Amino acid sequence: MEYSRYNMGRRGFLKASGAAGAMALAGCATTAAPPPAKLGRVIIIGGGYGGATAAKYLRMWSEGAIEVFMIDMNRAFVSCPLSNLVLGGSRKIEDLTVGYGGLREYGVQVINDEVTKVNVDKKTVELKKIQDLNYDRLIVAPGVDFMFDQVGSLKDPKAQERVLHAWKAGPQTVALRQQLVDMRDGGVYVLSIPRAPYRCPPGPYERACQVAHYFKQAKPKSKVIILDANEDVVSKAGLFKAQWNGQYKGLIEYRNNSEVKDVNLANMSAVLDIGADVKADVLNVLPPMRAGDIARQAGLVTANNRWCGVDWLTLESVARPGIHVLGDATLSAALMPKSGHMANQHAKVAAAAIVELMNGRTPSSTPMMANTCYSYVDDRNVVHVASVHAYDARDKTMKVVPGSGGLSAAPSELEGSYGNAWARNIWHDMLG
Amino acid sequence: MKSRHFVALAIVLTAASASAQDRHLGRNLAAQCANCHGTNGQSQGGIPGLAGLGQSTLIAQMNAFKSGARSGPAATIMHQIAKGYTDEQIALMAAYFAAQKPGK
Repeated sequence: MEYSRYNMGRRGFLKASGAAGAMALAGCATTAAPPPAKLGRVIIIGGGYGGATAAKYLRMWSEGAIEVFMIDMNRAFVSCPLSNLVLGGSRKIEDLTVGYGGLREYGVQVINDEVTKVNVDKKTVELKKIQDLNYDRLIVAPGVDFMFDQVGSLKDPKAQERVLHAWKAGPQTVALRQQLVDMRDGGVYVLSIPRAPYRCPPGPYERACQVAHYFKQAKPKSKVIILDANEDVVSKAGLFKAQWNGQYKGLIEYRNNSEVKDVNLANMSAVLDIGADVKADVLNVLPPMRAGDIARQAGLVTANNRWCGVDWLTLESVARPGIHVLGDATLSAALMPKSGHMANQHAKVAAAAIVELMNGRTPSSTPMMANTCYSYVDDRNVVHVASVHAYDARDKTMKVVPGSGGLSAAPSELEGSYGNAWARNIWHDMLG
Repeated sequence: MKSRHFVALAIVLTAASASAQDRHLGRNLAAQCANCHGTNGQSQGGIPGLAGLGQSTLIAQMNAFKSGARSGPAATIMHQIAKGYTDEQIALMAAYFAAQKPGK
């Protein structure tokens, strides 16, 4: 790939439009207009499914007229989707890691740093390593942070080193895998799920399947206990339960209405709100989640002290004009999952709107988003849930298009191959 | 000569009137497919690419998914997704993909 493919495209385009100009259609065909001047700078906080997609599409759709800075504290992207397979043993974390080099080829300035503060009035961000940067528009795509204080003694950072969440793919994923590998045969793995909404609705249930899959191969006397704060399995309930009563019968125990309020490190147990303790050899707690901390600092959190309300036409914050919020950090519309796939779709609606806004035009009034989410019930068989969402002008929100979407009838290897291909394609769609 | 151009212009504008206020509607709708089918429909493999396929082929496929003519195990997911789009939206997406270069 050349240094900047849109630049290459634009040079070719200029030649072509010169020829088209001779056809006296200038003023009619929009493509005959000269390339736009620099439209300004967009800074993106976060290089995950939402932020990286926005970076690429802003460069592509503005034909390079918008300067894009993307700031992430990690040097490479590590995918949460598929990271449960690292726990199951069929993937390595390296398989889920993609560098940001492709985005640089689109002209995105990728900065390895951490934003410590957004100055809304000055339109600047403060960073740990380099000097402040100013923006014309800001995209905040920080994902989630964890509400450790809701789980008693888990607010102690030392406790967090022993009781992992592994709900952000990376070192914790690898560390949790190691805990499972080190566990004795006959041990108990306890997974605690917070009340919805949380990142990736089917993810915890997929994780239970993956750990059970590993136990079945390597430690058949072991057991998985799911402590779910919710009344029932939040996503793909029938499909997951069929697995637990099928290939994982006797390996997985599911307990609903079981909210973990504390952890007891002395005897390694999860403390439930009803006072009962559940002992674990490996304890994996997903604390309640909220929008990433930088969203809170920037004054973007508008709902339940947790999530960021947005205008779904532009993903612009309802609290801070000129700042857009993407992905898990948003206050989700009804039936809209906090998924990587959905964050990518948020990013495209936002990118299209920002290009129009920075050109002084009106953004589309009919955005749409689709979601597809594959879950691996073992190392090969996969189930999906899908939905299509359209903007409802009367209620000013995204709504599922009636009759659209649905679930797999049953797990299949064919969907396993599509799950793998989905990952390949979406990583390329966001990272070039 | 000049008036002929005006006639041509009028036809172009009429054809585009559905999306006159929203000239990138086809592109934006098609971007929903890119997660699985690749940016601009240029697949990285494992899922069919859509770039460069004829508009009528794409419309026919989407309608087959939508109507249930293409369903059963091999359809896996598209028969559920296709039901989310109107005929006009499908035509716009198909026109966009038809205009893209195939390949990666």
